[in-house]
Amino acid sequence: MSEVINITGNELVVQAAADIGACLMFGYPITPSTEILENWVNLCQANKDLDYLQTEDEIAAGFGVCGATLAGKIAFTASAGPGNVLLQDSISMAESMRLPFVAIIAQRGGPSSGTVIYSQQETILTVHGGNGEGLRIVYAPGDPQELYEMTQAAFVSAWKYRFPAFVLTDGYLCKTKQNLALRRNLKKISAVKIAKPNMRNCFSMEEELFEKLQIDLKDFEKISFMSQAEEDGVKDANLVVVAYGTVAASVKEALIKLREEGLKIALLRPKTLSPFPSAQLSRILSKGKKVIFVESAQGQLELLTRAKINITGEINRYNRPAMGITPEEVEDFLKKEYRE
Amino acid sequence: MNNLPSTINEKNIPHSFCPGCGHPIALHAIASVIEKMALGKEAVVGLDIGCSLLAWNLYNFDSFHTHHGRTVSTMLGFKRANPKSLAIVYQGDGGAYAIGLQSLLTSAHRDDPLTVIIINNTLYAMTGGQMSPTTVLGEKTSTTPRGRNIRQGPKFLGPETIKELASERAYIARGSVENPIELETMIRKALERQRAGHFAFVEVLSPCPVNWKTAAHETFERLNELKTEYRLGELNE
Repeated sequence: MSEVINITGNELVVQAAADIGACLMFGYPITPSTEILENWVNLCQANKDLDYLQTEDEIAAGFGVCGATLAGKIAFTASAGPGNVLLQDSISMAESMRLPFVAIIAQRGGPSSGTVIYSQQETILTVHGGNGEGLRIVYAPGDPQELYEMTQAAFVSAWKYRFPAFVLTDGYLCKTKQNLALRRNLKKISAVKIAKPNMRNCFSMEEELFEKLQIDLKDFEKISFMSQAEEDGVKDANLVVVAYGTVAASVKEALIKLREEGLKIALLRPKTLSPFPSAQLSRILSKGKKVIFVESAQGQLELLTRAKINITGEINRYNRPAMGITPEEVEDFLKKEYRE
Repeated sequence: MNNLPSTINEKNIPHSFCPGCGHPIALHAIASVIEKMALGKEAVVGLDIGCSLLAWNLYNFDSFHTHHGRTVSTMLGFKRANPKSLAIVYQGDGGAYAIGLQSLLTSAHRDDPLTVIIINNTLYAMTGGQMSPTTVLGEKTSTTPRGRNIRQGPKFLGPETIKELASERAYIARGSVENPIELETMIRKALERQRAGHFAFVEVLSPCPVNWKTAAHETFERLNELKTEYRLGELNE
């Protein structure tokens, strides 16, 4: 049994990155992900194998990650909101050149500078932000242990499959200090130099780019097996809630109470938003049951889901863009929506 | 062909730059210096977007495209990850002094160990000759059809500006493809300075007859005249 520690999400991210073998971080301070940079810098003071660069902006941070991975080092960045927007140019380069780019995204409320803690408004941006086809791996952790594990999984997948990988979380999970019996994994991954002579990312002919894209699309299709969603109580449910991240954590808590009252409600929680768990969700959402989306955004998860699968039952939604969602309000809403 | 440095990938000669372009002279100078210094294993070139990108298949050592204005950041990431590498940034004046200025100035200010080579042909060449920061007053481009006027800002002096905020140990120079021997000396010093752990910067005056719309003899005259606008030499030696 591991020892219980009192730790923030941002500290967990740094722990996870160091444990898996990351050695270089590029970052620019932005709430709510700033402490990832700060904690990593602190780690660097004690460990000479680790390094960091506080860049002039997120653009430089993102391209720094591109350069470092080309040189064969396990590197990452962390950002949020407007910083996530600025990262998109470099993420497009990573997507096209198949660089193992890793970013932790702690969502905050927008548009623009907005608020600093809670939001799921960067869902589409993170999954599909660049000019390209959105060939990105996006993990969506729902609790601190998952934040640790998915941070490591992002590094593993990025280096194994050579697509940019993200941990899409928010300020609640990153900044809250919680008691946790952390299960650590200390098995480090290895990296190889990617740069070689005459590497190309500009194409003269449409056909050349098209052919290259077919390979990338096929490779991305091949990793659809790694998509995952948590299913909770789907067997005899009359209503299915779809939510991810900390919003899903609120839904889970609401469901404990509602089930005590005899309401048969299930939770479907995508743990990867890309590749999207289409087959798994389709199996459950194509049976005519009523479906409720709960989001801290105006329907971004719903858009992703409905683009991928055909929902046959009635659909409704509880959208609270850039708002924290409490179990109580979910409970009230679901009671009104529930039919035997 | 036999005179080409071994660092040049002969399979891809002839290159794909326009006739009369200055880029190949600067690119040849880089290849030649790397061969003479026997640094083919350490050298890595990041190519900005613009005409610089056409050099992607030219070298036998590591080279790759980056994004427009992002080559300094990318190569700094590379250098940080592999301090033994010899990281070279190859960029045009638009990439360096307009869209990428923030990272260029920051790297100079931090004295990052990079060698930055900027081709100054006074306009955006790949996109068909628009005004760039180095377009001189009165110069006609597709976005300054009556000639650049002072309301559009004076010409941008890259090395002179960088000198103001760079470390005293940085190497800062301006050469021209008109004098490839001197240019090679500057590039050699710029690579040596990076190896000593400091920022090194060479701006290279270079002709673009296609967008200057100049005949051969006019191209030489114009390149020669540019030396009165942009003074050649080492700024901090």
